[in-house]
Amino acid sequence: MSIRIAVDGAEVAGREGQTIAGVLIAAGRRTWRTADGAERGVFCGIGVCQDCILTVNGVEGVRACQRAARDGDVVERESR
Amino acid sequence: MRVVVIGAGAIGASCALALAEAGAEVVVVDRSGVAAETSSRCEGNILVSDKAPGAEAELAIVARRAWRDLAAVLDDDRAPGQPATEFEEKGGVVVAFPAGADALEAFAASQRAIGIRADAVSTEELRRLEPHLSPEVACGIHYPEDAQVQPSLATQAMLARARRFGAELRITEVTASVRAGDRIAGVLTPEGPIAADAVVNCAGPWAGEVATLLGARLDIRPRRGAILVTTPMPQRVFHKVYDADYVGAVGSSDAALQTSTVVESTPAGTVLIGSSRERVGFSTAGTLAPIAEIAAKATRLFPFLAETMLLRSYVGFRPYTPDHLPAIGADGRIAGLFHAAGHEGAGIGLAPTTGQLIAHAVLGTPAPLDPAPFLPTRASLEEAA
Amino acid sequence: MSRRVVILGAGPAGLAAAQAALARGAEVTVLDEGERAGGQFWRHHDGLTDPRMQHQWPRFERLRGALEGARVHESASVWRVAADGGLRVHALIGPADSAGRAALTVDADALVIATGAHDRALPVPGWTLPGVVTAGAAQALAKRDGVTPGRRTVVAGAGPFLLPVAASIGLAGGTVAEVVEAVGSAAIMRGWGRAPWQLAGSAGKAGELAEYVGDLLRHRTPYRFGSAVTRIHGQHAVEAVTVQRIDADWRPIPGTERTVDCDSVALGHGFTPRLEAAIPAGCAISPVRFVAVDDRQATTVPGVFAAGEVTGIAGADAALAEGAVAGFVAAGGELGDTRLRRILHARRRMHAFAERLATHAIRPGWTAWLDDDTIVCRCESVTRARIAEYADASSRGMRLATRAGLGACQGRTCGRSVEALVAASVDYDHRPVLSSIRIGELAGLHDHRTPHQEQE
Repeated sequence: MSIRIAVDGAEVAGREGQTIAGVLIAAGRRTWRTADGAERGVFCGIGVCQDCILTVNGVEGVRACQRAARDGDVVERESR
Repeated sequence: MRVVVIGAGAIGASCALALAEAGAEVVVVDRSGVAAETSSRCEGNILVSDKAPGAEAELAIVARRAWRDLAAVLDDDRAPGQPATEFEEKGGVVVAFPAGADALEAFAASQRAIGIRADAVSTEELRRLEPHLSPEVACGIHYPEDAQVQPSLATQAMLARARRFGAELRITEVTASVRAGDRIAGVLTPEGPIAADAVVNCAGPWAGEVATLLGARLDIRPRRGAILVTTPMPQRVFHKVYDADYVGAVGSSDAALQTSTVVESTPAGTVLIGSSRERVGFSTAGTLAPIAEIAAKATRLFPFLAETMLLRSYVGFRPYTPDHLPAIGADGRIAGLFHAAGHEGAGIGLAPTTGQLIAHAVLGTPAPLDPAPFLPTRASLEEAA
Repeated sequence: MSRRVVILGAGPAGLAAAQAALARGAEVTVLDEGERAGGQFWRHHDGLTDPRMQHQWPRFERLRGALEGARVHESASVWRVAADGGLRVHALIGPADSAGRAALTVDADALVIATGAHDRALPVPGWTLPGVVTAGAAQALAKRDGVTPGRRTVVAGAGPFLLPVAASIGLAGGTVAEVVEAVGSAAIMRGWGRAPWQLAGSAGKAGELAEYVGDLLRHRTPYRFGSAVTRIHGQHAVEAVTVQRIDADWRPIPGTERTVDCDSVALGHGFTPRLEAAIPAGCAISPVRFVAVDDRQATTVPGVFAAGEVTGIAGADAALAEGAVAGFVAAGGELGDTRLRRILHARRRMHAFAERLATHAIRPGWTAWLDDDTIVCRCESVTRARIAEYADASSRGMRLATRAGLGACQGRTCGRSVEALVAASVDYDHRPVLSSIRIGELAGLHDHRTPHQEQE
């Protein structure tokens, strides 16, 4: 089943059951965070490395690789 | 003149530095390393804001000025690659909820009377100084003279400078004193004796135990504190911010858990949150109660913290004396033995002046202020022991 | 009254422990951070995972079925374990990293720690470029999300795990440009080929191996031995890698560089155990940095057991056997019980297999492929040169001065690599806060505002 999430204002489609990271990668985006000027996204994929952090529904510090995407989620790049 | 300094924390390092700069041959002995314990588990506060008028406040005022000069010397002087002390004249803001507003203003007035700058700020000014403070906060006092350093780096810097003046560092444990009649003539370690003309006990929360090992008596006990560290974030806290009940907690003799909110940002982007005080010996168990209480009070002051991730927590042990003043000076019973310990939560801030007081006691160099209130032989310390 | 057995982790070891403890009559609670049981080995989503990526699936279904008798808490983030005066586990239940999760406190008579391991990926110049992931990430993305790290991936590192990773990338629709194994083919023959009778019980593994090799041959995927990815190139993302021959100590051999075009790299140099729960519980850690257990899978803390990768990297089959022993004994069973005989035999066999994994152990020469400006601590972007400046400082002094290991992941990713660079042990593994908890959630425990369950 298809779901839709908003990523930095743009609508992105994904499949039910995918993590937010999975939705983003399937949509062609591999990075969504900046660390010391460099672009980061998924690294360890299992919730350990904290590279894939983004803000979901206004709450900061969410690991995209661990969080299942829900229809209507609003996802934003971290403000740091 | 050869001096053994027991302890390579902030107090040991500053004593070593003051003694070495004054020409003494110094050997610093620590069983773990430089800034291995309390000095690397604290926030590095250099405060005047939490001092009620009295001997400690006088010491803090002198030490605060001394830190500015010392930090400049340490930072100019550093070896390539050695990080700076991160000395920052950050300023502190003490805030009160409506119930505590009058008491805070009275306290600030008493501090102004002894020369501490304590500026009452309007609610608009308070919001400008700290935009993320809870709207429930009724009033605040700004203390522009509060400062901080990175305590581990600052301790390492003081010791590095002491070593440039010839001080030696040995990582080993002191097991007993070496006596020559009723004089101390050095210390004993598993590697053998270290001869000295004077010995300075700077062992922080273990200073009481070390005193006993050396055949002396000093009533210093550990008082545990916990600190929470958040994940890095854009800066939302711009000064050290304290709840006005901080003063009450420091002065309390209660062994049970006392907490009082202290929040500040670090250059790395994390926010440090304290504070708690408990007398549980040196135990590191049972920390859930203090950290949950710290968390609860801190979110009352800064609501944004509710959503912030806790990265880690740690505990440290403050050296506590029953009369709430550090013990700095000659032992009084054993000739050649000196103590510099018991600074409770103010060790970092009071370090440089403690060093100067010890140099005065051991070598006769000029005292930065009247040493009498801090002598280990004072009545209020002896009685309690 | 039956023994309350609490199990941390619902991967192969935890699931086997749950089944065995239930069979022995215990009251079982299982806590897992994932949305569903399975751990890494059986990571899946019913609608998304290609079943060909899974192994021993019927076994998983049986274990999952056995969980009906237990209290299972999924999406449970265990943030604190206390073993002073009774065993107590604190968890938060809710979507990963969401705010205002429900708090759960569980008391136990016995605890089984089955928290598994995570990939060890050695730093490589360019490894922070978009498109670089761990081998485990490539497999997780394929199994759980049905996506690949890129269109054309180089899989590099050491050990047999590279094979299923390459296979799952292929099944998810990606192309594996090359598989690069650090250990030389002669050393592999020596390590795996000697005393072949010891591996007699691992026929299943041989079958699996044949399957993967067949897969690679079908796709004509080159498999290089005695080689490593020593540099990752790209302007804004991965564009190519340098593959170089390395010697027996993993030192790159000059003049053997080759360029391989790709848009992604999956790095996997073995695994490192997740010790977060074991350490605050007080369990002794062995000199090789795993949870020390005896033949009952008991740790040095009375009532605390451990099983699976957290006690030593040995694969899913060993984890299943160890978990069964741990769960059975935790529930009050005896090692001599006849019901354990077959499991003990299986455990012995799988440990023989595990010893062969040492063939692929990381060798110290790898640090030679780092540049001075190669980032070692990813969270705080700390370079190799910065860490080297503090190689002689105290452990805490080095961390505070460089910030290495003090970032968001608290040294989980860089810890072992930093230790290799300073040639000393650094106390990274001691983490009082096991996983993310928000200050507000912690505050809520004090104020009793957080919805809180105490499970006896």
